[in-house]
Amino acid sequence: MATKPRLGSEAVSAKGWFKANKWLILRRLSQFGILGLFLLGPLAGVWIVKGNLAYSMTLDFLPLSDPHVLLQAVLAGVQPHKEAIIGVIIVVVVYMLIGGRVFCSWVCPVNLVTDLACCVRRMLGIRTSTQISRSSRYWLLGVTLLLPLVTGSIVWEMFNPVSMAFRGLVFGLGMAWMILLGIFLFDIFVSKEGWCGRLCPVGAFYSLLGLKSLVRVVAEDREKCDDCMDCYEVCPEEQVIRPALKGAGKGIGPVILSSNCTNCGRCIDVCAEDVFHFGSRFANQKTNPGSATGKMKESAFSDAA
Amino acid sequence: MKGSEKAKGSGVNRRQFIGNMLKTACGVGLMGMGLGMYSKQASSLPAMAIRPPGALPEEEFLGACIRCGMCVRDCPYGILKLGQLGSDDVVPGTPYFTARTGPCEMCVDIPCVPACPTNALDHGLTDINAARMGLAVLVDQETCIAFLGLRCEVCFNICPIRGDAISLNYRHNTRSGKHALFIPVVHSEACTGCGLCEKACILEEAAIKVFPTHLAKGELGRHYRLGWKEKQKAGEALVAPDAEHRYNLPEGVQYDLQGRGLIMDGTDSQQEPVSSNPLDVLNNNPLDTLNQGLENQ
Repeated sequence: MATKPRLGSEAVSAKGWFKANKWLILRRLSQFGILGLFLLGPLAGVWIVKGNLAYSMTLDFLPLSDPHVLLQAVLAGVQPHKEAIIGVIIVVVVYMLIGGRVFCSWVCPVNLVTDLACCVRRMLGIRTSTQISRSSRYWLLGVTLLLPLVTGSIVWEMFNPVSMAFRGLVFGLGMAWMILLGIFLFDIFVSKEGWCGRLCPVGAFYSLLGLKSLVRVVAEDREKCDDCMDCYEVCPEEQVIRPALKGAGKGIGPVILSSNCTNCGRCIDVCAEDVFHFGSRFANQKTNPGSATGKMKESAFSDAA
Repeated sequence: MKGSEKAKGSGVNRRQFIGNMLKTACGVGLMGMGLGMYSKQASSLPAMAIRPPGALPEEEFLGACIRCGMCVRDCPYGILKLGQLGSDDVVPGTPYFTARTGPCEMCVDIPCVPACPTNALDHGLTDINAARMGLAVLVDQETCIAFLGLRCEVCFNICPIRGDAISLNYRHNTRSGKHALFIPVVHSEACTGCGLCEKACILEEAAIKVFPTHLAKGELGRHYRLGWKEKQKAGEALVAPDAEHRYNLPEGVQYDLQGRGLIMDGTDSQQEPVSSNPLDVLNNNPLDTLNQGLENQ
């Protein structure tokens, strides 16, 4: 254990620094780029995008709305306008194609906080973690949808760190940084990947959008895996890797099908053997025609589509 | 590991599974209750925060506003702000303005309203004069200089619905005894709550302030009926007419105030009880007068 080299260093020496951090860099560019687009208006007076992640209007032409927020509003009894409905359709279709939790790793501002927390946790060598079930987030998602039904008010949006963080950065943060600090400390000291991986109902919602998403990470060259464990170490949802990476013996295809994979691409980066690539969910059929396992259902769906 | 345990499907694991499930459900349930209760408590609008024009009643507004800030962006005067956690008491992310520092300028095309994607700002509002953001109240008659007998009328003159939303009421100045007070009076049927009057008030602390309507307005009991209005509606009095008053008077005597009091029937009644000639009164023996009265009966 003590001789284990720094996470990802093998990949850096094998592939070079840029290739070993390519998707991380692109992801950060995406996160800051989106934030920058929203900030261009208030800071520089260039109004390309107005609004925030809950609802935005790009160039007075393209509306985008957050399906989770809008669903809460509808459950509270709202009839959204045409733009909001068009916006929600666009967002839902896009995330159904590219993977629902792409929102988490490529857009969400809280991801910056929790990634940093994860990094600090690794540096401090903290191994203890309170056991919070990864399914808690779906319960919380249920609560966020039940509360507007019961109270007639969009209760979750009073607390939602995701929307609060982004809105705060664009419109003024107030004391919302305390919630982000809370999440930061929670993720370091209380529970590993505690917020994004176990509690966040927004991520849970987007994971449901991505149940059948097209773009997936594929462990194409899984036979090359040398069990360095770096991908497990770096993955924010490590449980999603094993079936695809180690399932060859059980006839499971190499596609990471779990909708909780955020398509962050970090496993692609840190793998010195280049096992992982972005691909489509249909990649399973190529390597595994008519596999007789639990994945039958998946391939059946793919055939239908 | 987990998968293989599940595959065995032994009783202990089922028990564990149900136990974990209950634990999570209870935790999440408690959390949800906490959130719900806190939100109920925290969702009252502070008195100085005014919602943009067309905003639904507060409770409905909190169910409809998705906190996107589009109204903030489309306000040409930049008066709208979004509530921020901990720094104002407005529900985080919901729009408001502060009349004293930035009142609503009452744009004719109301650009903030069509910007709203969820009708939290009612798109049915097309005439800004029909907006009811709040209500101006002359809160302090002790410092408003109009009440001190000085000419000001700034609120009256700045009002976009001048003369209707705020009118001047002339009163006698009892201090000087010879001047008039020009008292501004707000009329709720015309005031939009834009807050221009509060902004314009010349005092250090405004004597006229805009409040959310529910704070500014009283409300009659729902059972309450105004008699004169009901009478007008029905076209007639809704209660039985008063019974004619009867007087207990001796026979041959009537009472009618228009006929100046007691009226004696018969010829003698034309005679006044007391002669209008003061000399008669002086010369008369009071005893004779008394006897005369007895004879008349």
